[in-house]
Amino acid sequence: MLEKRNLILSFESSCDETSVAVIENGDTILSNVVATQIKSHQRFGGVVPEVASRHHIEVVTRCFEAALAEANVTYDDLDAVAVTYGPGLVGALLVGVSAAKTLAYVHHLPLIPVNHMMGHIYAARFVQPIEFPAMALLVSGGHTELVYMPAENQFEIIGETRDDAAGEAYDKIGRVMGISYPAGGPVDQLAHTGQDTFHFPRAMDNEANFDFSFSGLKSAFINTVHHADQIGESLNQADLAASFQAAVVDVLVDKTSRALKKYPVKQLILAGGVAANRGLRDRLTQMMAQFQSTDLVLAPLKLCGDNGAMIGAAGYVRYQHGDFGDASLNAEPSLEFNWAEDAAE
Amino acid sequence: MKVLAIETSNRPLSVAILEDHHILAETTLTARRKHAQDLLPEIERLMDLVGFTPDQIDRVVVASGPGSYTGLRIGATTAKTWAATMNTELVGISSLANLAGNVTLEGALVAPMFDARNQNVFAGLYRIHNGIPVPEVEDAHTAIADFAQLAAAYNEPIYAIGDAENFKTELEAAWSQVVFGTPAVNLPRAGVLGLLGTQGTPITDVDNFVPRYLRLTQAEAEWREKHPEEETGTYVEKI
Ligand SMILES: [Zn+2]
Repeated sequence: MLEKRNLILSFESSCDETSVAVIENGDTILSNVVATQIKSHQRFGGVVPEVASRHHIEVVTRCFEAALAEANVTYDDLDAVAVTYGPGLVGALLVGVSAAKTLAYVHHLPLIPVNHMMGHIYAARFVQPIEFPAMALLVSGGHTELVYMPAENQFEIIGETRDDAAGEAYDKIGRVMGISYPAGGPVDQLAHTGQDTFHFPRAMDNEANFDFSFSGLKSAFINTVHHADQIGESLNQADLAASFQAAVVDVLVDKTSRALKKYPVKQLILAGGVAANRGLRDRLTQMMAQFQSTDLVLAPLKLCGDNGAMIGAAGYVRYQHGDFGDASLNAEPSLEFNWAEDAAE
Repeated sequence: MKVLAIETSNRPLSVAILEDHHILAETTLTARRKHAQDLLPEIERLMDLVGFTPDQIDRVVVASGPGSYTGLRIGATTAKTWAATMNTELVGISSLANLAGNVTLEGALVAPMFDARNQNVFAGLYRIHNGIPVPEVEDAHTAIADFAQLAAAYNEPIYAIGDAENFKTELEAAWSQVVFGTPAVNLPRAGVLGLLGTQGTPITDVDNFVPRYLRLTQAEAEWREKHPEEETGTYVEKI
């Protein structure tokens, strides 16, 4: 008899994307419906939480209906419902959590709560199986962290940003440059046409920990631009972008390289919205030449942003481990992995 | 007809299951405000108590607002998800109408209101007609002073319920005869909601159902003020 395929319906609504996917056996996307609110938040120069929550509820049922239809499956075919329950915007998370819990109840399906960051890591699962121990560099608009995974379903933070997330810094300097939200893509493109002439500070780069800080860089950038404005000097936009990006990438790559020396792993996974950044992908690829026994796994470009597929891939692992939730599942806006015990030294 | 009624628009959480105008089970919880955690377990518990399975529910009734935005969304998401996936009828009833439904005196004039802070209220004015609250003044987010003025012309008792006692001074000054609700009348109940919803008209487009916030977000309001010409079209796109 053929082994029955495992099908998970997975929800993601932690920020400004409402997404529902159907994932087969944790590694095959049958559907991945993404409804983005970017056009709405562009009006405000960033994500407004209450506006985001309102948009999620507008589209949530259409998203799961479309995901099932595109995958050509029915509720009878499903094995579980997975959902992001944190971290993220609480009002936004609650739409996905409420919808997923209701579906799980009325269709008698197990519910799988998924940490959004585990989801980002598991976007890499669509490239190849994850081998342990592994390390993930997670870079997005809301997060910048290094996560060590000694074994499947185990996650330990070894370093994270102490202030702004990398993606957040991109958006803030983008605003100063007159680049509309989200600024990551345009700044990355512009950076490739310029040179690092401003030599912005590389914060915490020389410290022994694996933490990041981007607010000093952001301030240095803004001061440079304001100072030039005051004296009527015009700065080369491409060089500004290149200098900013070089500073961000240097710190991310240096810290990651140091982390890999302390924690030898089989794979380094790059994931999160900023993982789509070409400058970062290129530099990380170069750096990895010195780690012959570690594979670099880049999350697929179209799965770097928030999506239901990555939640389904992570949900499959939780399912295998029996990590189920119940009807009282709540959103946990500040959810995070535990810290590794030896990270501080 | 088997009905599930959900009311999470303010601090109280209330769930009821009805069959043909009979309230079979009802929970109303005010001691804590953890709607996200409590709603579905309470639905499940009541369903088990009355011995219904989800596929037997013919209609879901939800208090559609106004109220606390997050509370409204928990109720509305649960209700619309249930209705969409089970092909069940969905009825949205004004949270203020539901509260007015606590007054059973035929012909009475009822002013249900929720405190929206800074001397503002979500409020409406209803006339009880054949046991059902019929709007005289549409639900709105308004300054309590303005609302009190709107209803000042009525030379008859007005039953001021919900958070009305927070505005005792304003209401007594404006209205010749104001009667404040008792604690039981001030409490929204899903049993009443279910009865009103049993007689309501189901929504034709369940997917487009959203809570009646009755108030733009601050960001949206400011943006519209600055861009009066721009169309407020579709902002959510499938990619
Ligand atoms: Zn994310």
